[in-house]
Order: sequence, then C-alpha cells, then structure tokens
Amino acid sequence: MTRSRQNWDVLVVGAGPAGMAAACEAAQAGARVALLDSQHTLGGQIWHGEQQHPKSRAARHWFSRVQALDITVFTRTTVVAAFSPQSLLAETPKGPLVFDWHRLILATGARELFIPFPGWTTPHVTGAGGLQSLVKSGWPIQGKRVVLAGSGPLLLAVAQAIKKEGAHVCCIAEQTPWLRLAAFGQGAAAHISKLWQGVDIGLSLLGVPYHCGWWPVRAEGQDLLRRVTLSNGRRERSIECDVLACGFGLVPNLKLASLLGCAGGGPFVSVDSHQQTPREHVYCAGELTGIGGVDAALVEGRIAGLCAAGQLDRARTLFPRRRSWHCFQDKMAQAFGLQEALKSLPDEHTVVCRCEDISYGQLVSHANWQDAKLQTRCGMGSCQGCTCGASLQFLLGWSRASERPPVLSTSIKTLIGEETGH
Amino acid sequence: MSDTVTLHINGRPVQVPQGTTVAAALEIAGQTYSRRSVSHKARGALCGMGVCFECRVTIDNVPHCRSCQTLCVQGMEVVTDD
Repeated sequence: MTRSRQNWDVLVVGAGPAGMAAACEAAQAGARVALLDSQHTLGGQIWHGEQQHPKSRAARHWFSRVQALDITVFTRTTVVAAFSPQSLLAETPKGPLVFDWHRLILATGARELFIPFPGWTTPHVTGAGGLQSLVKSGWPIQGKRVVLAGSGPLLLAVAQAIKKEGAHVCCIAEQTPWLRLAAFGQGAAAHISKLWQGVDIGLSLLGVPYHCGWWPVRAEGQDLLRRVTLSNGRRERSIECDVLACGFGLVPNLKLASLLGCAGGGPFVSVDSHQQTPREHVYCAGELTGIGGVDAALVEGRIAGLCAAGQLDRARTLFPRRRSWHCFQDKMAQAFGLQEALKSLPDEHTVVCRCEDISYGQLVSHANWQDAKLQTRCGMGSCQGCTCGASLQFLLGWSRASERPPVLSTSIKTLIGEETGH
Repeated sequence: MSDTVTLHINGRPVQVPQGTTVAAALEIAGQTYSRRSVSHKARGALCGMGVCFECRVTIDNVPHCRSCQTLCVQGMEVVTDD
C-alpha cells in the first residue's frame, strides 16, 4: 500500500493549550501550519470536550483563534514513528500519513503519575484527571460517593467539576502537610488570577473535608471498589465509597521527544529561550518542559510558534510573562513535592505493571528498568510502560532506556508501505 | 438527527446521548469492568485519556479498542471480558 505525504512549514504535535497557541502564532506569522492530535477534538486534557462550549475566557479565545486562522487540523491522528530526520509517520482515520516538516513543535502534554498501592487495580479506582475526563465524556457520576486523593490543585479542580455534576465528594486527601501548603498559599498571592481561581474553587467546596498530610494506603472490593483506607503515617481511617480518584501529579509525555533525540536524560526536555530543544528546528512547549499548568503552557506555546516562524522580536516581548509563570511553577513544585512515605505504598503483592500483572515483589530485586523488563515483561504490554514506567521512576528511581519506534501500539499496516524513506 | 444512539453491550441494547464514549456507556449499562487481566482480575478505565489501555474492549469484532477514546455509534457492538 502507498502512503500519502504532506509538507508543512510548521508541524505542531499536540493540540492542548501549548500546541494551539503555537499553531496560532506560527499561522498568524504566515507559516503553513498543521496541528495534530490523537483525540477527537482540540483542547488537550485541560480543555477536553470544550471545543463547542468553552468554559473559560482563555479557552474561548484560543478555540476561536484556531478556527479563524489558516491552520490545518488533524484530529484522531497519532504519531508512531520518525522515518527520516524531518518527517514523522502518523496513523490517521484515513490511513497512514507521512508529515514532512521544516520546523517541528512538540506539545505532547502530560499524563498522571500513578503510585501503586494495595487494591489500586480495583475497578472504580481511577486517575483524578482520569475521572474528570471520563465524566466529561458521559461517565455517570451523579449520586456516587467519591474520595479524591493524591496531591496538587488538580484534586480541587476535579472535586469542583464532579460536585457540579452531582457527585458526593466524601473528602479530599492531600499528601502535602498543612504547613507547607500554607506557605505556598502566601507565595501564590502574587499571582492574582490563580488566587481568584482558588477562591472560586474554595467557595464551591465548602463543606468538603480537606485532609492535609493524608494519602491512600488501601482500596478494597471484589471486582468493584467498596472502601478506601487513608493514612497520615500514624493513624488510619476507612471510608465507604464508590469511586477513588487518585492524582499524584503529572509526568510529561516524553516518548516522541526521546525518539527524536531531543529529550536529554532528565525528567523534562530542556529548551533555550526560544523554546528550541538541543536539536535544531525542534521546539517544545507546555508540560514537556516542566509542569507549569495552562498559563505557562500558553505563553511557551506562543513563543515556540513565533520563533518557529522566525518572529524572534515578537517572541522576546513574551519572555517576562513566561518568567513570571515559571516562578509560580517552581513554587508549586516545592509545595506539592511528594513525601518519601509514598514510596512504601506498594507491598510485595501489589501489581505495578497492570498490563502484565507484575507485582512489586517481582520487580524490586532487579537492578534497573531494562533488567526488570527483560526478566519479567514489565512495561512490555499494551501501554508500553507508560503507566508502570513513571511509577517505577518514582518508587525506585529507575529511568527508562531510550525509546524505539513505534512509540505507540500501531498496526503493521501503518508501518509497512512502499514509501519507507530508506 | 436523533440526539441519542443505541448500541449493544454484551448483546444488550443501551441508549446513550450523542458524544458519549464507550467507556461511559459501559458504566451507564452497569458494566463496571472492561477486561480481565492476565491473572483474571477485573479491570476498568483508569487514565481516561488513552494512555493506560485498561479500558480496552472488543468493538464490532475489533479487539483491543480503547473504550475511553471511542465514541458510541448507532448499532455498535461492544463486547467486554466475562
């Protein structure tokens, strides 16, 4: 079979806030721009399902800008491999497609960090952002008793969102101790817009218990969740509930950046002031460069888009704003850093690799990720280590070996074809 | 155009609003898990964004479809593990 081929000045992978902003700035500057995303609609995770009815002013602004500008959008399109230095192979609803690019902007966002604990594989134990996505896509939450646990402001945002949909939020367990959180609250006051957002969420959650310094240690139920046990390291309390949504923060989706050889070895992609990676003509924006939330993602995306289109002077005018959000980002990372106690959450029987059912006890004796993978099949299932890889990085400090194509499970049909570029 | 669609989950008809994902339809139908793991444990949606593959089901005879990434379509046949 033959693959189609297309050529773009600027190719943007990931259509969350960073990717949308990047595509808009590059298109406005006159570049021919394609914007790719694996989801059905634009908006990434944070604006998931809001394309028709945006809920915030920023979302409304960027959705309408993408629509108004000459940007070619490819939804349900997943990049699976890089065939030559400046082309990517993607799976689209119409079959495989090769995208040639002059400038590439990666804005592949982040996923949730899951920390395995006994019972976390029970149905109705979900991610926090995961539950929010499910509810946005029609998952019935009304009348369900929900415990939210983990760390960070996402827990509050999710609590507010599902409460609006009729969920009964039993409590929020935030692993950060109260004193650290109070210090953050004072520091964040400099960011007025975030503060108001916080006040708004706070008011809507009046009456919902917020336990600081508590985390989940056990989920119970045969085939379906019935009870959750929380601990603060000294005492435990059990809560009967229907859903446990856990979010221990976010980890960047580095696979494509690694495949392209621009991820470096660290937890994030390092970029210069133009958002350019160590690899020339490849830019990164948003959570890939550090977990900074929507405002940092937007300004980074704009800078990347402008620089990719050669508008360096205009990009420079945005540097002060980026600096300010990075400052906020550092404070967040400090405040919501995960406690050491969470590293002892799994017991020897706790499943860590959910695809292959590999327990913590089977893994802990291995020297590193590669060794564990070869001996146990950990990380070799459908998710290709996306879930357990991040967990094990947190639990045991194992870093992933370099990526090899395909970066996502794909069909043989996509990978073979007349035009292989070799 | 109707604003609901009817699909079959394990042979039973379920009516859901347009724009509902298969993962949500399973829950609406009371099917709280999508698959059995290699050691036969029930598993359901975890990440909600197509990363973890825990919500996979068979859709119109195609195995391993991520239900959280698939929108319900009129007449769709969805099969979960037992």
